[in-house]
Amino acid sequence: MIGRTLLLTLAILLPLSSEAAQADHIKASNAWIRLLPANLPAGGYVTLQNQGSSAATLVSVHSTAYASAMLHQSSASEAGGSTMRMLDRLAIPAQGQVALAPAGYHLMLEQATHPLTPGDKIDITLDFSDGSHLPVQFTVRPANASE
Amino acid sequence: MKLLRFARVAVFSIVLGAPLLLTACQQQDSASPWQLTDISGHMPDLMFRLTDDQGKAVTAADYRNKVTLLYFGYTHCPDVCPLTLAHLHVVMQRLGNLADGARILFVSVDPSRDTPEVLHAYVAAFDSHAIGLTGSPSDIEALTKRYRAAFSREPDKRGGSYDVSHSSGIYVFDASGKARLLATPTDSQDKLVHDLHLLLSPGDAK
Ligand SMILES: [Cu+2]
Repeated sequence: MIGRTLLLTLAILLPLSSEAAQADHIKASNAWIRLLPANLPAGGYVTLQNQGSSAATLVSVHSTAYASAMLHQSSASEAGGSTMRMLDRLAIPAQGQVALAPAGYHLMLEQATHPLTPGDKIDITLDFSDGSHLPVQFTVRPANASE
Repeated sequence: MKLLRFARVAVFSIVLGAPLLLTACQQQDSASPWQLTDISGHMPDLMFRLTDDQGKAVTAADYRNKVTLLYFGYTHCPDVCPLTLAHLHVVMQRLGNLADGARILFVSVDPSRDTPEVLHAYVAAFDSHAIGLTGSPSDIEALTKRYRAAFSREPDKRGGSYDVSHSSGIYVFDASGKARLLATPTDSQDKLVHDLHLLLSPGDAK
């Protein structure tokens, strides 16, 4: 019985240890949240650098600080306007970087679970396609913060 | 419904073509003092009947003697609208005392969620010269049509929330309510500061 459990555990652990997880190769920097009043949805931004030799794919984000956190992209519509859409995945190429920055990729953070103020540090976890996770600390900035 | 939306997009595409032509003319005319797109004579004077973020009924006449920056958006927009308002805040700061002669008019294209109270908290978080305006859907639509600015409600997401796609231009009117300039979100703060400086202090225009 014990032998079997050990074997199972090894079988689960081995693939992970022989091939490092996507999250291990991602370096996050300049992580911040634009705080809006009245618990309105907030935008989250971060630069993700992939130092690994294979692509990493971000599939979702989650945080205890928000009831809902989604990957979004703003883009200019053909009509010269602005529109947002939800993303299922966002690939960060090997040795490359992707910036989540205003007017492009961003986190859509809705329904903060407790009141936030500028200067607060909020943990948001990035979930990758291989099941690995990267916790990132975001700094809360005021609504009118410049990049 | 789909056809209606297509029609709106088509109308807007036409107006987008116009500023491009204007830009082309403008470049030949080196005497033009403007760095943004000059829309003088191409767009109607500022006119509307809406409710401000204090809950007061207002019209364009209430902002005569102010240079106004008209922008359409909605408060549940976490990315592009706040970015634009944050940019305008920097522009206002750079204008110093001259900014007292200017008002940012943030018109909601989502009046069912944007009550005067929400709008008040929202615009106040960006700049003291910003005013939130909302109103009946028909009055708002009349204003967007007047400036050929399209907007449409996107399908509901889970949880019942929704996004609104909207035009992202900033229309600048002079103190007499005449349409003068059109700025796009990609225009630099320098251009806005330069042109607003001219509009706000015509005396030292060069
Ligand atoms: Cu978004």
